[in-house]
Amino acid sequence: MGRQRVKFSFPADMVKEPVIYRLGRDFEIVTNIRRADVREDIGWVILELDGEDAAIERGLAWVGTTGVRVDPVTGDVIDG
Amino acid sequence: MAFVKGLKCRECDREYPSEALNVCDFCFGPLEVIYDYATISEVISQDRVAKGPLSIWRYHDLLPADSEDPVDIMAGFTPLLKARNLGKKLGLNNLYIKNDSVNPSFSFKDRVVSVAATKAVEFGFDTLACASTGNLACSVAAHAARAGIQAVVFIPSDLERGKIIGAAVYGPTMISVDGTYDDVNRLCSEVADNYPWAFVNINMRPYYAEGSKTLGYEVAEQLGWRLPDHVVVPAASGAMFTKIWKGFNELACLGMLDGVEASSFGPDQNTVHHPAVTTKMHMTQAAGCSPIVTAWENGNTHVMPVRPNSIAKSLAIGNPADGVYSMRVIQKSCGTGYAVPEDEIVDGIKLLAETEGIFTETAGGVAISGLRHAAESGAIKPDELTVVYITGNGLKTQEAVESVVNPLSIKPFMGAFEEAFNQRSS
Repeated sequence: MGRQRVKFSFPADMVKEPVIYRLGRDFEIVTNIRRADVREDIGWVILELDGEDAAIERGLAWVGTTGVRVDPVTGDVIDG
Repeated sequence: MAFVKGLKCRECDREYPSEALNVCDFCFGPLEVIYDYATISEVISQDRVAKGPLSIWRYHDLLPADSEDPVDIMAGFTPLLKARNLGKKLGLNNLYIKNDSVNPSFSFKDRVVSVAATKAVEFGFDTLACASTGNLACSVAAHAARAGIQAVVFIPSDLERGKIIGAAVYGPTMISVDGTYDDVNRLCSEVADNYPWAFVNINMRPYYAEGSKTLGYEVAEQLGWRLPDHVVVPAASGAMFTKIWKGFNELACLGMLDGVEASSFGPDQNTVHHPAVTTKMHMTQAAGCSPIVTAWENGNTHVMPVRPNSIAKSLAIGNPADGVYSMRVIQKSCGTGYAVPEDEIVDGIKLLAETEGIFTETAGGVAISGLRHAAESGAIKPDELTVVYITGNGLKTQEAVESVVNPLSIKPFMGAFEEAFNQRSS
């Protein structure tokens, strides 16, 4: 079992899509939202994911294909 | 002796002891150092600072390190120069350059890494690590050498040669990652989760970021314990931008500025704004990676991450950790944000070199072109006291300005010289 903390950033055309619901249903990942700000034209959600490592990896890859951006909750770890 | 009370979440205010932690377990918000300012105010004074070493450690009372023997390669206390020639070009009569390109590893990163390395040793880590587009790798490797601990630095495989050599010479384990920016980010995040290392900009981040406050303290001290009307600062993660502002406000609240009454820090130390701090904070980013400026221009409350595509690699942070907080500083200080077109970055480097004899890297080009825009747009008035921060050295990104190399090639004869020289003059 693995656990990951991630931030999803939703562009305007994805704000209404049930991405987190499908991530839980289709990949058997437990999603636990800790903070979020979702508006009409933009949104972000910080959440913790619990599940099999491979399932989390596949699930996050799928989220990326929807146009929702996936990042570590700490922001980029690369620095100047 | 540090006057640290612990760490506090910027989002939900939960408090934690001073440990190698950077994220709140409850809401995953970033943690910040909190201080016992009441005790600091009893000991700190302009005289005490003046008697300190000529490095960032002269401000030890305001830094989160207990050790009396910090990991110090003499970062900081860099020159503040009056820029008469550049000022004349831009119509600014009171312009100063904070030249941080002359730090020991040639960038402002020595300030933050000196604090992070000191804390890492205090916490008992034997390895200092980072993921970097260059300057940070150089500084981490240098400070680890000084501290006598191991260094592991991750760099993208397309990094400029000057930065690779500048880090490699200190003998770190260097991992060159062949992948996209996102790939490097993901890998390093995973490594940080799985290895018991002091990652300066991950688990050491609350302490590391505090080192940038010294850029604010020094400018105030070098101006005779007063603050400028404007500062122009290049931004990547936004951390340095917020910490310069914090430094100014700490000095004001502690009564360290001439003619300014001390005041309480209020309920939130990290967002305190003393009314005497009227410095306008101007942020510059490269257009190829300007998520904070874009969000500020659009009036957004959220910084939408981008994929960096800029020649200013030291500013190429697509998902800036302090993006929202730095945007709030722009707003609070009545400052501005400007995304410098990519083709004006080299112009900025050349303008600074040709007017003031300072060779900066691409981040400095972004700062100077942003300064020029602020002057031309009227955001900065001619007689206002302005400081522009130059954070890195041009020798590291020589590739960016290769076009300046255009010598007069001659045979070794006087006639050949005179012919070529006269031709050029005419």
